[in-house]
This record gives sequence, structure tokens and C-alpha cells, in this order.
Amino acid sequence: MTPYPNRTSLMVEALLFVVTAIAAIAGAVTVVAARNPVYSAMGLLGTLFSVAVLYVLQLAHLVAAVQVIVYAGAVLTLFLFVIMLIGVDKSETRDEKLPNQRLFVGGIAGAIVLLAVGVTIFGNFDWVPAGGLITPNATNGTIQAVAEPLFTDWVLAFEATALLLTIAAAGAIALAHYRRRAS
Amino acid sequence: MIDPGWYMALASVLFTIGALGLLLRRNALVMFMCVELMLNAVNLTLVSAGRALNDLNGQVAVFFILVVAAAEVVVGLAIIVSIFRLKSTASVDELSELRG
Repeated sequence: MTPYPNRTSLMVEALLFVVTAIAAIAGAVTVVAARNPVYSAMGLLGTLFSVAVLYVLQLAHLVAAVQVIVYAGAVLTLFLFVIMLIGVDKSETRDEKLPNQRLFVGGIAGAIVLLAVGVTIFGNFDWVPAGGLITPNATNGTIQAVAEPLFTDWVLAFEATALLLTIAAAGAIALAHYRRRAS
Repeated sequence: MIDPGWYMALASVLFTIGALGLLLRRNALVMFMCVELMLNAVNLTLVSAGRALNDLNGQVAVFFILVVAAAEVVVGLAIIVSIFRLKSTASVDELSELRG
């Protein structure tokens, strides 16, 4: 059983994974911890790019490109626009008004992290096909490869997303034009 | 390829951080970013599972999640802006209009 075509590509992927994972976690922590929303947005940008690199590592090329264009490009720009519109100098108080919220949060975080560590260390990843790990080019997510199931099996869902985007755009315009009746 | 479980573990850590932020922060914008973080963690899980199972449908699912997330951001940010115009605040502690 030779799951890896050569050792070098495995080493490259492992190295890139470690570096990118650290960057992604650092960005995520910045999102949560930064007091200034602009810093949060920048942390989110770092995480989004890191996840895009992880997609490329997993040969999901189209998804990685869409991630950079849609998320890092459009969504984050929208976030920055709204931050600038609302004002960045609004300081946020850190006092907790909900009782037991910190305890609750700590419990959830601990449970999920324990689950992740447990799955990683003790799990045997049995859902990997019995013939061993697949060759790297088997699920090469090029545009043609992803478009084939998208436009055959999932064409109805694809059309539904088109409708959804239209409704979302119309809804955003309606919200932006909304004025309270003068009473 | 390295074991897909490592990608899954990273995704669960990212999801945890996003959930933490959603529960701890009071700024509606930052809470929204945390939701995006959690969506990204799920996307990463889908891509790595699809790769491990040699199935492209994982990436198709990620594509749909991206579209829905984009629509969600558009509407959500519009709602935040209109709330800000009404109340001059983006803190969710200040919003209690729906309290009975």
C-alpha cells in the first residue's frame, strides 16, 4: 500500500498545513479578541486566506478561488464598508450581563475541543476508503470537475440559489430604502 | 496527502473559536464575523471529507454554502445598518424591542 506518490509532496503538504493552520487560528482568535472591529475584519481576512490555502492543499481549486473572490473580496469589503458606516470608535463594554454565560461558553468550548482532540488522536478515520488513502489527483476540483455534478445532479438547487441571490439583493435594497413613517 | 482528520480537527477548532465569539461578543458586526468563521469551518470539513471519500459532491456543497453565506451577509448587514440608523448602536445588549 503506497498512499503517497512520493515523500516530498507529503512533506510539503504537512509543512504548509501546519503554517496555514497556525495562521488560521491566529486570525480566528483576532476576530474574537480584538476590541476594534476593523482588527476583527483583518483577522477574518487572514483566516479566509488561510482556509483558501487549505482548499488548494486539498486540490479544491475552484472552491479556493471562489473563497478568495467572494469571501475575501466581496463579503469582507462589505463588512469594512459597514464598519466605516457605523463608526469604529464605538467602544464595546466587556461586562457580562447574562448570568452564567462565561461558564456556558467555557463548557461548550471545552466539549468541542475535547471532541476534536479525541477524534484526532483516538479515531482511526475509518471513513477513509478501504483501499488506502486515495491518490492526490482523484478529486481534483477543477472548474470542469465541479461543474459536472453542479449542472447535472444539483441543477435545481443551483437555480434555487440564483433565486435566493435575487431575493437577497432585492431585500437589501428594500431595507436600505426603508424609512419610518413620520408619525 | 496528510490524514484528513487533521483538517477536521483544525475545522473544529475554528468552529469553536467562532462559537465562542458569537457567545461572548456584544457587537453585532463581530458576532456576524464569528458566524462567517463557523461557516468556513464547516466548509473546510466538507472539502476534507469529500477528498477522503473521493467524492466531488463535498465541493459542490461548499459552493452552495458560499452562495447562501453571501446572501446572508447582504441581508444581515442591511439589517444591522437599518438598526443602527434607528438606534445609533450596534450592540445587541441595547436591542430589546421584541421583549414581551
